[in-house]
Amino acid sequence: MDSNQAALFEARNLSLSFGGVRAVRDVSFEIRRGEVFSIIGPNGAGKTTVFNLINRIYDADEGTMVFNGEEMSRMPGHRVAELGITRTFQNTELFDRATVLDNLLIGRHVHRRTNIVAEFLFLPTVRRQEIAFRSYAERIIDLLDLQGSRDQMVGALPYGTRKIVEIARALCAEPELLLLDEPSSGLNPEETEDLSFWIEDISADLGVTIAMVEHDMNLVTAVSNRVMAMADGTAITTGTPAEVQDHPEVLRAYLGD
Amino acid sequence: MRFVLTTHYGQDVNLFRHNGQRFWYALLAVSVVVAPLFLSTFYVGELVLVFIWAIAGIGLMLLVGYTGLVSLGHAAFLALGAYCHAVLLGYGVPFAVSAPVAVAFTALVGALVGIPALRMTGVYLAIATLAFERIVAYGIEHWEPVTGGLRGMSVPQPDFFGVSLADSYVLYYVSLGVLAAGLFAAANLLRSPTGRAFVAVRDSEISAESMGVHLARTKTTAFAVSAAFTGLAGVLLAHRIGYLAPDAFTVQTSIQLLLLVVVGGLGSLHGVVFGAIFVGYLPQVIALARDVLPSAVGQIPGLELGVFGLILALFLVFEPLGLYGRWLKIRSWLSLFPLYRKATHKRQKAYLRTERVQ
Repeated sequence: MDSNQAALFEARNLSLSFGGVRAVRDVSFEIRRGEVFSIIGPNGAGKTTVFNLINRIYDADEGTMVFNGEEMSRMPGHRVAELGITRTFQNTELFDRATVLDNLLIGRHVHRRTNIVAEFLFLPTVRRQEIAFRSYAERIIDLLDLQGSRDQMVGALPYGTRKIVEIARALCAEPELLLLDEPSSGLNPEETEDLSFWIEDISADLGVTIAMVEHDMNLVTAVSNRVMAMADGTAITTGTPAEVQDHPEVLRAYLGD
Repeated sequence: MRFVLTTHYGQDVNLFRHNGQRFWYALLAVSVVVAPLFLSTFYVGELVLVFIWAIAGIGLMLLVGYTGLVSLGHAAFLALGAYCHAVLLGYGVPFAVSAPVAVAFTALVGALVGIPALRMTGVYLAIATLAFERIVAYGIEHWEPVTGGLRGMSVPQPDFFGVSLADSYVLYYVSLGVLAAGLFAAANLLRSPTGRAFVAVRDSEISAESMGVHLARTKTTAFAVSAAFTGLAGVLLAHRIGYLAPDAFTVQTSIQLLLLVVVGGLGSLHGVVFGAIFVGYLPQVIALARDVLPSAVGQIPGLELGVFGLILALFLVFEPLGLYGRWLKIRSWLSLFPLYRKATHKRQKAYLRTERVQ
């Protein structure tokens, strides 16, 4: 990856405190177009909090975030998906009492062009849009091999499948940047290996830039272009997976002195 | 068991999955259209009431069953629709104008009620909507020059395209048409982006927002649409009862509506119809039971409300999917026999969910 390539997303001096706990302290990083960027660190390092900041679930106390040249640190949460950033959650946040297909169709929500009056009457424009949504969702189902569960209720699916459905839902929005929060947690080794192929496919076939928070170092090393290590809310170092793994500060954060 | 081979996406979008369904719904449509020919005026009037319950039920179902917001104030929307319509008719406004105005007015009030509701869920929202219901009731009781106060007001019965709505048979077909159109519109909404946004808000607000669903707008829309349906039911109810008084729209009415959606089955439009039949006929069953039961039990005042509450609680505990859910289970038992297993419909254990964000 070319180091002087333009950044798709840039965070400058992000800080966030919850009462006396300084969850994120002065963190700056950039995510480059087309790369797989991983954030690693021990529990409580502030990795997921960084995602929640990008996703505008939390308001940063300080700092700025720029996506595609657009300042987004005060943007309302629902606008983030329209901007081109979608995400998955650590313990999955799917719509349980809906089918896999319906979950994926929610992913298309940002691309809707119909109003409620047309929807009440189900005018031809709405029908055409629904069919176009389905055909896109079907592409993602093909990509992630979800054909077997497309009409099943999400609540009844095994955990591993739910994690994949959540990635599929995020992809249905056609994001430019996909945030994966611990995609391999709760997966068995075989599923984790499948996941690494899929991450490569998503990156190569769909051209989606990926940022992920992950604990499994095998997965991180296999798919990441660059890695940022965090500990106690601060960014320790950023570099290639090998560089970061051997960094003395990172070793100390994980293993202690 | 029937398996449908899907060959194009249009099939997924259609309301009916296969010709078998079309046949049964057509049969149902024909039977309700010819039913008045064989029924006395009394039973036709009772069916009108069931239709009106169902129309109001669509509104509450969209709110409670699909968006996950509870309301104990829907009697107020029913009252607003009915009174607004009746008052306008009293001023000589034609039916074709006053009915849409009444519905639009109720929808607007619904949207306004929805705004404080953005910050409340569950029991707090129930209490807030209950308070709203009391405020509307108070307004109706005390704005005597317009509403007639506690004495009430009679509803003018204008000609509706040349026929009078005071005639039960005319009202039957008008209500049936409105109900059919309402069910069609609601089903359309639910297979469109707005309907899916409702479901998304119900199941997980945090991920709905992260998928680009505007939470505030979606909830306000849900309230407005819900109020509009209920207001429409109010318009028809005004013609059905012919005389409006505050005691026709009490907390008991709100609870009956809630009973309707829960007993019918939360999250299904079929459930609205099942629930409407149940709620429409329950008071008569209770009235009959009063005669049969020993007088110590049968003559208890407020017995109805107690029975409503008991049934509501029993359904929530034992059959959260309601009558429609029960019917689906019976149907799958029939189609899977003898392979059906007791655990087929066991509820799944929920997985740990991401920590909620305020």
